[in-house]
Amino acid sequence: MIEFDGVRKTYRVRGQEILALEVERLTIERGEVFGIVGHSGAGKSTLLRLVNLLERPSQGRVVVEGEDVTCLAPAQLRAFRRRIGMIFQHFNLLSSKTVAENVAFPLKIAGTESRAAIAARVEELLALVGLSEHADKYPAQLSGGQKQRVGIARALACRPSILLSDEATSALDPQTTRSVLQLLSDINRRLGLTIVLVTHEMDAVRRVCDRVAVMDGGRVVETGPVSEVFLHPRHPTTREFVLESEHVDTEEFQESLQQAAGRVVRLTFKGASTYRPLLGEVVRRCGVDFSILAGRIDHIKDVPYGQLTLSFVGGDVEAALRAFTEAGVDVEVLR
Amino acid sequence: MMAQWLTNVDWLEIGRACGDTLVMVGVSLFFVVLLGLPLGIALFLTGKRQLLEQPLVYAVLSFVVNLLRSVPFVILLIVMIPVTVVLVGTSLGVPGAIPPLVVGGAPLFARLVEAALREVDRGIVEATQAMGATVPQIVFGALLPEALPGILAGVTVTSITLVSYAAMSGVIGGGGLGDLAIRFGYQRFQTDVMVITVALLVVLVQLLQMLGDRLVLRFSRR
Repeated sequence: MIEFDGVRKTYRVRGQEILALEVERLTIERGEVFGIVGHSGAGKSTLLRLVNLLERPSQGRVVVEGEDVTCLAPAQLRAFRRRIGMIFQHFNLLSSKTVAENVAFPLKIAGTESRAAIAARVEELLALVGLSEHADKYPAQLSGGQKQRVGIARALACRPSILLSDEATSALDPQTTRSVLQLLSDINRRLGLTIVLVTHEMDAVRRVCDRVAVMDGGRVVETGPVSEVFLHPRHPTTREFVLESEHVDTEEFQESLQQAAGRVVRLTFKGASTYRPLLGEVVRRCGVDFSILAGRIDHIKDVPYGQLTLSFVGGDVEAALRAFTEAGVDVEVLR
Repeated sequence: MMAQWLTNVDWLEIGRACGDTLVMVGVSLFFVVLLGLPLGIALFLTGKRQLLEQPLVYAVLSFVVNLLRSVPFVILLIVMIPVTVVLVGTSLGVPGAIPPLVVGGAPLFARLVEAALREVDRGIVEATQAMGATVPQIVFGALLPEALPGILAGVTVTSITLVSYAAMSGVIGGGGLGDLAIRFGYQRFQTDVMVITVALLVVLVQLLQMLGDRLVLRFSRR
């Protein structure tokens, strides 16, 4: 478990105090995949770096698994850092070392295992990330996705309980991003590892995260389960992120709302109800007619969902809306 | 015709001078690296926004390095004479040239090491820190291996500078090709000796640069 408690980070720039981060309270549960999303400069990387104290808070406490990390002595801090793996946007692999040597590096630094044990562990890790046949290559000979896999293997070397991911997929193409996110998701499930994932891509959050915090201007503006935040965003920044991830042009959408007749309603189907032929059933029963203004059907982590923006005309619209609500569909009346 | 023109050239003497120059450059390069590498690492680590940021220590080190680098080498040769006598017992010949060569070369090499270390991506230092590494582990495990090509390029530049410094040491009776060029080529107007020694120095510098480039390439993995 990771807890941020009254944390502030300020910088002094030419005598002026600048507030970079202010988080009153934020808790990340053990074993979950927690997303932190925000635009660049929102303070999300700073927040992440507080966990392993690459950044020191100016005020407040960061408690990781019951330990206040700001109180650790240098040797304790080093031992503590070995229990936390970290992966980076630009991989930060040592170009002078082979793939196997890179993965072995944290084990050598820890200095607790024999050479044979390290070699065995490296083999195991490379198999886990699917790079066994590239052990003797140098990072420069690998693709971006392969480099990040080396980064993940290296981060897992000391069997950490927490993995920090700082924009780990931002330098990768969409297909590679998906496979790296899939790998992180597998690792979370198989090893029970807590993953904190910083990103500016809502799509990455949707694919792997259980909960998410949205940051803006150094503050957490919204937090909650991904399905909740994603399907019913409250804060303007969150809405912006969700729309961006759907490639929706806000103005165009507003225009099409203006032109629609009757009641405009957004229906959100989640889980099993996504696949039920609910819409046709209700429409027939209540004698209403509809036209589809916008719609998407996708997954949040493993849960399927559908979200339709419809305009209803004729018949008993109120009864139809009640019927949807009773069937467990979220109903939002937009106009 | 060649033999006629090269009447003054004593090939045995030339051979010995070549050997002397190689010894002067080789021995002084060894000590330059021995002193300059830790000095360069110290400059890097105590610099602004680095692992062991120490503005005062950095200012002092930097001042001393700049001071030594701003003294023209011919002057340094003369100023160093009493120190050299204490260190090696003479200020003449091959041994007498080595202390000033080391003092002249080490600050240059230290700066080149500092620059090479600064070229290493900060992200690599951060990643190594996040693994729970100590500062020595970061320096020897990550920084130096990553900066090795840059440091080897620095050794090449320094060794070539030492060749020209070694030749200059002929002015105070230092020995080697420079000594030959000054005593015979300059003072006795034996132009042929001058031409041969300069030609040999040119060849030596070319060889050093080629060797250095090969080493840099051999250790570059980017």
